[in-house]
Amino acid sequence: MLEILDPGPLCTVQDLGRAGWAHLGVGASGAADRASHRLANRLVGNSAGCATLESTFGGLRVRFEIAVYVALAGADCPAITRPHHAIGHGRPIALVAGTELVLGAPRSGLRTYLAVRGGIDAPVIMGSRSTDLLNGLGLAPLVSGDRLTIGAAQRTAVPTDFAPPSLPDSSPLTLWPGPRHHWFTSAAHDALVAAPYEVLPTSNRIGARLSGAALERSVLRELPSEGIIEGAVQVPNDGQPLVFLADHGVTGGYPVIAIVAPTDVGRIAQARPGERLRFRWTR
Amino acid sequence: MEPLILPCGPAAVMIEVDDTEHAAQLAAHLRNAALEGVIDMVPAARTVLVCAATTGDLAAVLRAVTAFVPGERPLVDGIAVEVPTVYDGDDLAEVAEAVGLSIPQLIDLHSSNEYRAAFCGFVPGFAYLTGLPQILRLARRQNPRARVPGGSVAIGADFTGVYPSASPGGWHLLGRATVAMWDSARERPAFIEPGDRVRFVPVQG
Repeated sequence: MLEILDPGPLCTVQDLGRAGWAHLGVGASGAADRASHRLANRLVGNSAGCATLESTFGGLRVRFEIAVYVALAGADCPAITRPHHAIGHGRPIALVAGTELVLGAPRSGLRTYLAVRGGIDAPVIMGSRSTDLLNGLGLAPLVSGDRLTIGAAQRTAVPTDFAPPSLPDSSPLTLWPGPRHHWFTSAAHDALVAAPYEVLPTSNRIGARLSGAALERSVLRELPSEGIIEGAVQVPNDGQPLVFLADHGVTGGYPVIAIVAPTDVGRIAQARPGERLRFRWTR
Repeated sequence: MEPLILPCGPAAVMIEVDDTEHAAQLAAHLRNAALEGVIDMVPAARTVLVCAATTGDLAAVLRAVTAFVPGERPLVDGIAVEVPTVYDGDDLAEVAEAVGLSIPQLIDLHSSNEYRAAFCGFVPGFAYLTGLPQILRLARRQNPRARVPGGSVAIGADFTGVYPSASPGGWHLLGRATVAMWDSARERPAFIEPGDRVRFVPVQG
């Protein structure tokens, strides 16, 4: 078992999500930054589908009641085990029973993934342990005193290596044309990639709200609701784009100008309020 | 018009057709094709969104779309679902008056018809049911309710449906279903899925 002593601003259980239910109105949810979730799992010998803890902006304090292997990936935050022994990201770490692990605020990025060998054994709802904050599925956001079971370790070895630290990536994020690309002026297509957009503090697991050049429409009629995918760049009437993340709704009533390349969605999930994002159209 | 293929990134595609009926038919057509690599298929009012595992899986989707003829034949799809309904909704008398029927006639009309679930949306398990008799197609309420009780059987514009959980809503309330429309612990979480044929069966409260 592990006990949450302090969840920090937001801590949820996440895995690769529950794809396949969108036709009933339930989106996939799952880790907002899939690549970091996968990496944390790999470092403790878990399969990618094991549940991890997604800690938003650090502040998480956990006590392990048994000896465990853990790994951290994603937003780079200072991490210590009590009493005051700093541990690094991107490598497996053995902790003795009773160890307390404390995450500070990340130096960069927003979401840190804590994998425990064996995975977090939360209840499986519709094929996933993920917390979907939009639909209220899975465990509620964790609170102090919550105790979570750790799953049985798989027979894969804990790798002895470590993941090389990833360098900060300020390259533009790749956009594919979205289903309503043609509902916007060519000036809007240009504006989206001309100057950076700032991430707003109202962003969450549902979507990253952006502020920058307003995107002007050439087709003004109302759009009947239509399907939405993760990474969709939707433009409400004020012209300010919104990029849908893991907990997005399955349909939306505003036109989608572009789709962020799936491999770049994790970088948006890691962008902090105030950070500026640049885009480019795919070739 | 021919189905319109709209881009949706490297592993998804959206197909736009004329109306809700054609979108529901296309979704049924694609479900029946049982295409490999398709992860999610989301019918909506005018469109069907198909999400695949890889770019390569989209070729078969596009071939299947080419083979689709809108309106050619109504596909038998989904299952027959009966929704036991207590017709005691807050708007029953108002709707009956608006359409010029007595309350028993209204109940009879709404419950004698078979509906098709075209798509889900709004909240998990909320199915938009098509096939509403023409005279029951009323504009939404002038003032939407801040809270419609979960289970409410309602009509709005061209659709009828059941609110799975308490939520704001602008449809006219005819009654309440006595079965849960949504339960994420069930093997079939939604009582009504797209493609299902639905009847409302009057029961006593």
